[in-house]
Amino acid sequence: MKTVLAISGIVIKELYRRKDFYVLFVLTAVITLLMGSVSFFHDTNSVRYVKDIALLLIWISALVIAIGTTARQIPAERENRTIFPLLAKPVTRWQVILGKFAGCWLACGLALIVLYLFFGIVSGSRDHHWPLLNFCTALWLHWVMLGVVVAFVLLGSVVFTAPSSNATITFIVVLGILFLGRYLNQVALQQPEPLRSIVYGLYFLIPHLEWYDVRDLIIYDQNLVGWMDCALATLYAVIYMAVFLLGTWLVFRRKALNL
Amino acid sequence: MRKLGPYLILLLLLTAGFSLATVLQERVSGWSNRGDSDNVLKVLLGDGRRLFANHFFVQADISFHSGYYPSIFDQANRPKDNRHLTAKEGEPAAEEHEKQMNFLGPPRDWIERFGRHFIITGHTHLEGNNRSEVLPWLKLSAELDPQKIETYTVAAYWLRDLGKIKEAERFLREGFLNNPESYEILLELGRLYYEHNHDVARARKIWDLALRRWSEQEAANKQPDLLKLDQIAVNLAHLEEQEGKLARAIQLLELCKKGSPHPEALQKQIDELKQKLAAPPPSAAPEAR
Repeated sequence: MKTVLAISGIVIKELYRRKDFYVLFVLTAVITLLMGSVSFFHDTNSVRYVKDIALLLIWISALVIAIGTTARQIPAERENRTIFPLLAKPVTRWQVILGKFAGCWLACGLALIVLYLFFGIVSGSRDHHWPLLNFCTALWLHWVMLGVVVAFVLLGSVVFTAPSSNATITFIVVLGILFLGRYLNQVALQQPEPLRSIVYGLYFLIPHLEWYDVRDLIIYDQNLVGWMDCALATLYAVIYMAVFLLGTWLVFRRKALNL
Repeated sequence: MRKLGPYLILLLLLTAGFSLATVLQERVSGWSNRGDSDNVLKVLLGDGRRLFANHFFVQADISFHSGYYPSIFDQANRPKDNRHLTAKEGEPAAEEHEKQMNFLGPPRDWIERFGRHFIITGHTHLEGNNRSEVLPWLKLSAELDPQKIETYTVAAYWLRDLGKIKEAERFLREGFLNNPESYEILLELGRLYYEHNHDVARARKIWDLALRRWSEQEAANKQPDLLKLDQIAVNLAHLEEQEGKLARAIQLLELCKKGSPHPEALQKQIDELKQKLAAPPPSAAPEAR
């Protein structure tokens, strides 16, 4: 466990040494504050459009951080040949994978805390209403979803040769699931057999990341997800994380480390 | 002197660039059709901004429904027009809309059933202080596509509803400047003058112009916008009746019958006006002897 935590600590340090997060945070803050300062028809009551824009930017930033940080972990270690002294410690390949995963996931969590804190301040100062529990639930679900994405990118980093191709493919897959995942069953029912069974099978197979996108519930001040549903969704995500991490280990344990 | 050479050349080049800029500045503005008044969005997005304008208009509709809105996969149930955005509860447009928005249906599988815990599943409309939430999206939509007429009429409806009459008038006038042929904007502007400013003379002029614009554009159409004709003509007929111009009022109500969903009610009104017209004018009071 100590080894895993030590490896993850290095990944977290990398996040705050690199400039990616700061650039994304400043961009999110500037755009949100700029939109929030605009007065439409001398009206000061409108707040939902600011929340909408801010949450969209937070989701984009979090995805970029998660995918960007994870995609370069293992390829960078191999390219710099630092993987050899790391594995000679002795550290097993499973520990490397787990350490990298934990580091990236925790780094995403830290970034999310900063981003949601900013969102909470902006939203609360305009709305004069502080639904802290709702913000925490949204943050939790968002973080759990990023765990699945991080595990998936880690699998991609041992399958694909370049981090850029891994990042691009992951972006397409994740955005595809977020936009279309919910409707794949509807699409399947309109197809003739055997395409119907294939699409329906895909619908059951993919991790339904769209569940964790509860932005609308926050923007429109709706009652948030119940604790039981939240726990079940977390369990569902943990299963997919385990599947992807196991897949990563299966590929990585026999992989030649020389480039 | 040798050391100063490059600096002198640099200074010379800078002077030449500055002088040339002063000469070219005047001409450059004439090279493109883009005027100085173009906003940043127009310069950045070009004609592609109209796509975004439509997106923001839909976003206003989503905001009006507090996030409960059919996706592209529920196209059949998507609102066909924007009448529901300006319809009061109990009106036929609102009732029809209520049926349209019942798009979710029973869940098809456990994934869909569980997924519904994470989305908005109740059909509600904005009310109270939240009514202004549609306005930012409508303003953005109008900025991106000044030719999208419904943006102005819907925004004016909500601004009037919020008691922001001056803002509604200003926005409609801006819309009219961008769309001088629009009878829809004129109809809304007339309503504003009649209902809020109680300026009957101005309202009549504007509705008269709206009727003329409708005739110029829609009369020859295969599928004319009869609903708008009905609204313009009914308002105008009401004013004419108040002024005692019964023949003109009858003429206008006859015109309304084409597009009205309740022609029998209009016919009753026409008959009443005809009776009034046929009745002898009240005789002058007998002079005192």
